Amino acid sequence: MRHVRLWQAGLLLAVFAFWHLMTTPGLLPNFMFDNDRQAAFFFGEPLKVLVRVWDWFVTDADIYRHLGVTLIETLLAFGIGAALGLAGGLWLALAPLASAILDPYIKAANSMPRIILAPIFSVWFGLGIASKVALGVTLVFFIVFFNVYQGVKEVSPVVLANARMLGAGPRQLLRHVYLPSATSWVFSSLHTSVGLAFVGAVVGEYLGSAQGVGYLILQAEGTFDINTVMAGIVVLTAFALVLDGLVGRIERHLMKWQPRAGETEQL
Amino acid sequence: MDALAMTGVSCTFVDKDHPGQRYTAVRDVTLSVGAGEFVSVVGPTGCGKSTLLNVGAGLLQPSTGTVQVFGQPLIGVNTRAGYMFQAESLMPWRTAAGNVMAGLEFRGVAPAEARAQAEAWLKRVGLGGFGDRYPHQLSGGMRKRTSLAQTLALDPDIILMDEPFSALDVQTRQLMENEVLALWARDDRSAGEVPASRKAVLFITHDLDEAIAMSDRVVVLSAGPGSHPIGEFAIDLERPRDVAEVRTSPRFIELHNAIWAVLREEVLKGYAQQLKAA
Repeated sequence: MRHVRLWQAGLLLAVFAFWHLMTTPGLLPNFMFDNDRQAAFFFGEPLKVLVRVWDWFVTDADIYRHLGVTLIETLLAFGIGAALGLAGGLWLALAPLASAILDPYIKAANSMPRIILAPIFSVWFGLGIASKVALGVTLVFFIVFFNVYQGVKEVSPVVLANARMLGAGPRQLLRHVYLPSATSWVFSSLHTSVGLAFVGAVVGEYLGSAQGVGYLILQAEGTFDINTVMAGIVVLTAFALVLDGLVGRIERHLMKWQPRAGETEQL
Repeated sequence: MDALAMTGVSCTFVDKDHPGQRYTAVRDVTLSVGAGEFVSVVGPTGCGKSTLLNVGAGLLQPSTGTVQVFGQPLIGVNTRAGYMFQAESLMPWRTAAGNVMAGLEFRGVAPAEARAQAEAWLKRVGLGGFGDRYPHQLSGGMRKRTSLAQTLALDPDIILMDEPFSALDVQTRQLMENEVLALWARDDRSAGEVPASRKAVLFITHDLDEAIAMSDRVVVLSAGPGSHPIGEFAIDLERPRDVAEVRTSPRFIELHNAIWAVLREEVLKGYAQQLKAA
């Protein structure tokens, strides 16, 4: 595993080195652009991007307020969306009539490009945190919802019958059979959802806000400050990775009952 | 009084996609299991044996007919019965001990007490020390033992078994059969506990040897559709039995021949029908 980490770090360095080589004015003879400043203008320069990030976090230390807002929006959207998706998925999977009635509406709501709801949410919930959270929730909800729905539908009928024979009532079936059976599906969806919660928060900020990383990016774009835009993207990516790692850690803890390939513990 | 009595039970399934198509799995079955009696049901594959067991468990409502449990009409799931399924029925997200204690937990036994009982049952089926394993970490035979402990831990008056050992290899299977017989017989005088009466067992199998070796009575079902009992044989072999040794006794062979004479034709009939359907 140590080797894998080394390779991963090396790959990251290589990407940055390539970026640096291609964009820094005067380093290579021009072959794409007439002017050797143009590459830097369009793609930013990695060193300046890193300096920008350093300024944000250390020298000026002024990003924390924005990052905090974006993270709170993301976490709220993620939490609320996942909880609603879980509840909705369980409910519809266990209520065939409601599921049959709502089926076309859910499909419609899911296939609708929900990003366009952002301006509407701004009108409804104002330019504060709430409109961003609402947008993120609409993105996260459907992913978790469909996965939970599928997870409950695929509960082994034998395990279910066995639990009933062992005396489980409806609530115990939900708690001890449906929920655990759905969790593996939920976790695979949570990895996708974390990214989408970020998308909701940043797009919401981008469309109208006074703080947040999306706001910083929008400001920088207004002055064609590509380096700052890139720095914002780097920071967002890093935090999305951290959140995904957290989900993965919780998943490994909760899903230890699942067989893993190559695990030789058959007795 | 019979532990489980089915009277005139028929089960007709309607095809969901083609409501006109019906399939009658069992027709007009009258079958009873006395308290403490070990009854096996044999029949050709696909003759509705499992359907019958599901009716007895209360998991399936018969189209017609009545089911009585110790004289009471059966409504909903049969709470006095334990069910050992043919397929994997353990909850994969619970450890072996967690699975065994599940039923106790559902019935409101305190967790500490339930865990202690579960560990004791795992020991009895030879799985002491394996309580913290998850089902995927156990072999097929060990999973079946866990299922057995899970069923017995609730101390049911009736045990329903649906070809519980059909997925096991021959050696493990004979071992398990003997263990089940020993546990069943020991219920008369289980050490240190209030002597419980022997459990009634309804055992479904397609293996005639297994049926004769284990039971007090063997019921032969006809080939489907519309299966019904066509023969009943009392097995007067002495107990305790060893399922491997008993097979060589003259009386066993005699019984085997008598039952096979009835069963053979049904097996052939069932086979012919399956060929036609395919």
